[in-house]
Amino acid sequence: MESTGHGHHGLTTLTTAREAGLIACTRCGQVHAGDAVKCKRCHGPLQSRDTRSLQKVWAWLIAGMIAFIPANLYPMLLTRTLLERSESTIVGGVIELLHYGNYGIAAIVFVASVVIPVGKFIAIAYLAWGVQRGHRLRQHQRHRLYDIVEFIGRWSMIDVFVVAILSALVQLNGIAAINPGVAALSFALSVVFTMLSALAFDPRLIWDADRTVS
Amino acid sequence: MHIDPATLPPLDDMIACPHCDTLHMEDDLPDGARAYCRRCGALLLTAESRAVVWLVSLASAAVVLMVAAVSFPFLDLSLQGQHNGTSVIHAILVFGSGKAIPLAIAVALFIVVLPLVRLLALLHALAPLVRGVPPTPSARVAFALTDQLRPWAMAEIFMVGVTVALVKVAGMADVTVGPAFWAFVALVLITIFNDQIMNRFAIWKALDTGTTA
Ligand SMILES: [Zn+2]
Ligand SMILES: [Zn+2]
Repeated sequence: MESTGHGHHGLTTLTTAREAGLIACTRCGQVHAGDAVKCKRCHGPLQSRDTRSLQKVWAWLIAGMIAFIPANLYPMLLTRTLLERSESTIVGGVIELLHYGNYGIAAIVFVASVVIPVGKFIAIAYLAWGVQRGHRLRQHQRHRLYDIVEFIGRWSMIDVFVVAILSALVQLNGIAAINPGVAALSFALSVVFTMLSALAFDPRLIWDADRTVS
Repeated sequence: MHIDPATLPPLDDMIACPHCDTLHMEDDLPDGARAYCRRCGALLLTAESRAVVWLVSLASAAVVLMVAAVSFPFLDLSLQGQHNGTSVIHAILVFGSGKAIPLAIAVALFIVVLPLVRLLALLHALAPLVRGVPPTPSARVAFALTDQLRPWAMAEIFMVGVTVALVKVAGMADVTVGPAFWAFVALVLITIFNDQIMNRFAIWKALDTGTTA
């Protein structure tokens, strides 16, 4: 730890728990002897490295990408008024907002529903592929990328909440009604699958790849 | 690289970085200090002697706000003399009666159920510490739950969704916000503040020692 002295024997060099023959808990930081299977502090399962991590990452990622396709092709919102019936997709909704001059809100929806999901697919695939190839990228870049992916993906859920609120609010008999389309559920699933993919990633693998090369 | 286990400090005195597995000494920090991983820079430990007390009082307030936020009128829409005022509970029930049941369940989980479970689990884990009694045996499971549910509780994202929805209907109808809306705003601010001061390693340490400091 930087802010305090670390004059202790074995820890003057940067040593990982695995190199020291130990297993650390990623949930609470507790260090255990190498043969431990359950954390004594938080009762979570222990693994020196989650060896099936990448398989799970790819599986959830592909599921997320597949669910993203109908989310963009089918309507998100079904609007019915006295005069007309209309359907709008995610991108259609953004264009409509632009049409009415709500540029800020259009930007929020576009970033949350298109930029973040697509960026997250690419970032997770890049990190997983990099670990598999033992690819080198500057440490702090990859660390930052992982942090961003872990933190930002959930914000994609904005448009699903917009659909839910509008559908609950705009239910006026005969005058106007808004209902959720097929895309709302597929988009929600896509976000959940991609979050599971990011959570399955064992970030220690990124640093191991770095170690073996240098 | 091979390390002789005999040269290592006792296991309980160490903490491993969850991102890169690097070992550090779990030293006592001066109040207000933060310790970062020497290798990857991840935040490891903070020392805020008042953090647990703050967390418990704010989480209690948040539970009350959550009850108000789901039961009082949230938004009211009026168009050509017709009204549709809804509380969150009412909205979920109406919304969940048709084809949209899976979506209604998901939204209810993300904005009401999981945030509430997180708050109650946090209170269960930490309230004994504030009262000066040792944590219950289930405190550890409860805090692990609070920590793991964090990405899945989306009240703050819902608030951004509300803003977007208000702009979208502003052109077609009059919308007024009810008391539950403001309760939800307060709840979101508390949640963000709580997640800022909640350092999981510091809390595990507090649960180990049975004290708030
Ligand atoms: Zn643990
Ligand atoms: Zn680290």
